[in-house]
Amino acid sequence: MTTIHVHNRINTLFAEKKSPILSVYCTAGFPHLEDTVPVLEALQDSGVDMVEIGMPFSDPIADGQIIQESSTQALLSGMTTELLFAQLGNVRSRVQMPLVLMGYVNPVLQYGIERFAASCAEVGIDGVILPDLPMEVFVKEWQPIFQRYNLHHILLVTPQTSDARIAMLDEVSSGFLYAVSSAGTTGGALSMDDARTTYFERLQRLRREKKIANHIMIGFGIHDKASFDAACEYADGAIIGSAFVKALSGTSPEQIQSKVQGFISGLR
Amino acid sequence: MTTPSLTTASTHYGVSESGYYGDFGGAFVPEMLYPNVEHLRSVYLDIIGESSFQAEFAALLRDYVGRPTPLYFAQRLSDFYKTRIYLKREDLNHTGAHKINNTLGQILLAKRLGKKRIIAETGAGQHGVATATVCALMGLECVVYMGAVDIERQKPNVERMKLLGASVVAAKSGSQTLKDATNEAMRDWITNPDNTHYIIGSVVGPHPYPDMVARFQSVISEEIMRQLEEKEGRTYPDYVLACVGGGSNAVGAFYHFLDDARVRLVALEAAGKGVDSGFSAATTALGKPGVLHGSRTFLMQTPDGQVVEPFSISAGLDYPGIGPIHAHLFSAGRAEFHAVTDDEAMQAGKFLARTEGIIPALETAHALAYLEKLGAKPDEIVVVNLSGRGDKDLQTYIGGVQERPH
Ligand SMILES: Cc1ncc(COP(=O)(O)O)c(C=O)c1O
Repeated sequence: MTTIHVHNRINTLFAEKKSPILSVYCTAGFPHLEDTVPVLEALQDSGVDMVEIGMPFSDPIADGQIIQESSTQALLSGMTTELLFAQLGNVRSRVQMPLVLMGYVNPVLQYGIERFAASCAEVGIDGVILPDLPMEVFVKEWQPIFQRYNLHHILLVTPQTSDARIAMLDEVSSGFLYAVSSAGTTGGALSMDDARTTYFERLQRLRREKKIANHIMIGFGIHDKASFDAACEYADGAIIGSAFVKALSGTSPEQIQSKVQGFISGLR
Repeated sequence: MTTPSLTTASTHYGVSESGYYGDFGGAFVPEMLYPNVEHLRSVYLDIIGESSFQAEFAALLRDYVGRPTPLYFAQRLSDFYKTRIYLKREDLNHTGAHKINNTLGQILLAKRLGKKRIIAETGAGQHGVATATVCALMGLECVVYMGAVDIERQKPNVERMKLLGASVVAAKSGSQTLKDATNEAMRDWITNPDNTHYIIGSVVGPHPYPDMVARFQSVISEEIMRQLEEKEGRTYPDYVLACVGGGSNAVGAFYHFLDDARVRLVALEAAGKGVDSGFSAATTALGKPGVLHGSRTFLMQTPDGQVVEPFSISAGLDYPGIGPIHAHLFSAGRAEFHAVTDDEAMQAGKFLARTEGIIPALETAHALAYLEKLGAKPDEIVVVNLSGRGDKDLQTYIGGVQERPH
């Protein structure tokens, strides 16, 4: 676990909240370009603990159809990295929960790594998830910059990841460790079969043995109360993505508050 | 018969230990793909270096693919352009293009890895057909992803793949061409990491793919050296011309000449309707360094880093990137890159048909079109890599294919 020393909302969340942590993924600029911040506000009002804001990319290979389509729609509406930071410029006056940006490497490279980290710090982003940035490249070229800006970098582990590599990923990851529930892209449905319990129990054991120092959040396939509760049996919390994006699809700006409240209360 | 190509690499332009060509390459894959890609990386050189692997590969290249392919002196074409032009006849390979050199190598590798299921992406359908073919040969399940637009414009190849027992899955996202088919194949691999091997069709993707594919295709230049020695008494030409989609036929034709400064390496990209028309696939002219499909390379993209949808009349060149080795050859100035328009390629393809009785693939026609501008002297030797035959493009040649809407 890489330590980020100063005040960081993710650290505070895990330190203070013991019950299962609910994190929700939303696509920036979806369902409408200007909905980014209203969705965040509605999520906070609904009692969500943390949010991952998806930065849309044209070729999201780790994502299933729902997030692909929301990304395409957001890009067609005009979403860019620059615009996202402009939208988030004032977000900390209204939203206090931890905010994580999730996206793909190329748009960040074009924006500039240092400039990206600086913009994150400026608007109050607590962590970043970039699934296609290999750990080895992150450590060499990105980590010193992220550390300077007190930015968590959250890494993924999967059922195929060996114990030894999980320990390495955990060493570099900070904020939490993102456990991908099963082999697959986003948008599947978690099935608690033997392979799943074996994998989740393996993570629990590694945590007990202190080979994982980070808190663990489970994501991919968490789509309703049953799958959220099932995942939280084994981890500090879970992340809901595609199911939420799907629920938001077609929602008018006026309906966002009630739509989000309805969806989140269904998980409780 | 030995295949030294598989185990020798260019001193100056080969891949580094960590998977880079200069600033380009690497393995930018999500953690879900890490175990597969890393395993492949750790074993590929050992496997293809085994004598039993090399013997099986060489025997199948000879008896099944029909190698060596002829190096044909094109007399009438030479007379017309007033230089000495040889055509490396990859179109005479089984399945009609260079693609099978790679799929054969990879299927032998997949067998040794114990994989039962093969996936592939395809643009023109040539790589899909070549993959379906070797899967049939080895009795492995085969799923080919193909952009919905390409399925329309390359119908004969879709039928061939089905006849060979493969399932063809339409990629319906984005521009519905090669890049989107590649996205879908990668998502499939993420979902089926244990039993599946992904046969990438060009020198693209995460390390070790670009190097592995380059080695399997390097048989092309290995034969050119030998054949030129027989015909001309020297082992190198003055020029090698090849079209570049991802760049596998070009790397194959360049491979053994990479360190030989006497040989000018000329890569031809698809300009589409013109480099500045907004309908182009000329990656080095229009691209900037970026990351797509697992490697850092030149990429057509917006200032925001979104990948731009390319355009070319030829499905096999309709790709927004190039293999990382080409990005390096371009940056280092080792190879020259030029762009050829749809119209120029069409004319060059038709011209070859009438002059030499060979109907080339539209991809290949881009390389032929550059002969006019090359300016080779009468006593110089030019090798054009004739990467594939044009049967699949008949409808486009005779004007029967509707241009896709834009
Ligand atoms: C005949 C032919 N030539 C060239 C290409 C382009 O691929 P590459 O650049 O990898 O050789 C294709 C791709 O489908 C092809 O079918």
